[in-house]
Amino acid sequence: MLILHCPHCDRMVDETDLHAGGEAHVKRFGPGSEAEEFENYLFMRENPKGVHFERWRHVYGCGKWFLAARNTATLEVYGTYSAQTTEPPQAIRDAISAKQPGWSWGTFQ
Amino acid sequence: MKRYSAFAIAREAFRQHSGWTRAWGQAEPKPRYDVIIVGAGGHGLATAYYLGKNFGITNVAVLEKGWLGGGNTGRNTTIIRSNYLQDPSAAIYEKARSLYEGLSQDLNYNVMFSPRGVMMLAQTQHEIRGYQRTVHANNLQGVTTEWISPARVKELCPIMNIDGPRYPVLGALWQARGGTARHDAVAWGYARACADMGMDIIQQCEVTGVTTEAGKVTGVNTTRGDIKCGKLGMVVAGHASVLAQKAGFQLPIESVALQALVSEPIKPCMDVVVMANTVHGYMSQSDKGEMVIGGGTDGYNNYTQRGSFHHIEETVRALVETFPIVGRLKMLRQWGGIVDVTGDRSPILSKTPVEGIFVNCGWGTGGFKAIPGSGWAMAELMAKGASPLTEEFSMNRFRHGKFIDESVAAGVAH
Repeated sequence: MLILHCPHCDRMVDETDLHAGGEAHVKRFGPGSEAEEFENYLFMRENPKGVHFERWRHVYGCGKWFLAARNTATLEVYGTYSAQTTEPPQAIRDAISAKQPGWSWGTFQ
Repeated sequence: MKRYSAFAIAREAFRQHSGWTRAWGQAEPKPRYDVIIVGAGGHGLATAYYLGKNFGITNVAVLEKGWLGGGNTGRNTTIIRSNYLQDPSAAIYEKARSLYEGLSQDLNYNVMFSPRGVMMLAQTQHEIRGYQRTVHANNLQGVTTEWISPARVKELCPIMNIDGPRYPVLGALWQARGGTARHDAVAWGYARACADMGMDIIQQCEVTGVTTEAGKVTGVNTTRGDIKCGKLGMVVAGHASVLAQKAGFQLPIESVALQALVSEPIKPCMDVVVMANTVHGYMSQSDKGEMVIGGGTDGYNNYTQRGSFHHIEETVRALVETFPIVGRLKMLRQWGGIVDVTGDRSPILSKTPVEGIFVNCGWGTGGFKAIPGSGWAMAELMAKGASPLTEEFSMNRFRHGKFIDESVAAGVAH
């Protein structure tokens, strides 16, 4: 059972109370954008075997969104953080670096 | 290759079965092949087989990082059907289903294809309309399906409770020529036929890099040395994104865990395949007597071949209402596989930004049924550069919005 810390409620919740929301930090494009930009935004995914940033919603709790850093190869959780950011906070990056030196994900490292 | 036959069994019976040979040999990688297929699962081996059979290309290696047929080919619930709504899907899945009918004879290997019939239950008004529409579409596509009444459902599958309180059975989409096959035998049969044509099947050989020159593929780096190639086919399902990244491009794919389970073996009680999409569960009985049960995927990216327990609970809970006997069964085994899911839940059979590299992935939760058709089409695509069966399944369809919106991998029933 996957257990994540909800940063809004400040408590651990298991995945039956959560809804997975897919890849985090996706760059969004609006009307007038090129087909390739829409393709990247809507369909192209990092889908790494390793460090992954993703969106979660505490759907049977506070109902709010948050982001998580997780490893898709080991199911290890590095930490969760506010969804109101465009990039992972330094504390999360440090936590990942401690376990996975030299990691990278998209443009982040 | 020594052909398998009733005569061969009789002959071997008289000499302590000493004359059987290996179904495929242990191959050492050669420095160069015309075509390298990465992934010795059903789709990869079928691609190699039809390259040889239909196009005479036999200087082929099939590379596998684990063991042959050890990924999703050995982890699915073995269901074969072709009752899809959209024309491109119906074409490739029906091609596969019809090839399954003659596959044992074609490969001289018993894949135990059992056209026992597949029914998809309608348990809401919405599903009635949806499935009746599919029946009409299938009639136009030349795929034989019919809409059947609840009484007929009960007749075909007596252990079913058709008037459950929450989701009564209101009818079903019935494909009499669908069914199941022995999944390992499909991989083994193709492997044996490929080896017989002189192809090399190289197991425990992981591709660690793809080499290109001026935008064209030249070979692969593997854990067993570098191998040159003219063309490269990537047929690695759950790891498609990882391999594509090594070749320098991205795919519209996410990898998630899909689970299945089997019960203890019981006496024959169900000779059809039943799928219930509304309650997220499907079931059939294997030849050993085990009830084979599949459910939904996890919602989050995962490469571990382990899924969440609560999905098993949900699946079984849903089936208990429709099949009350399930409540008394002990479950024997449970396992997971990593499925590659695309944005429109339809597969990708396509050229890629790198010349000479072709990709066959995105079958999501429904790949087993497609193996012969997928291999047939992929071989044509790789040999000729185009195939009528793969035209609509290009990876560029996401850029142009030309989806094949099938919900092929909607979580259940594939």
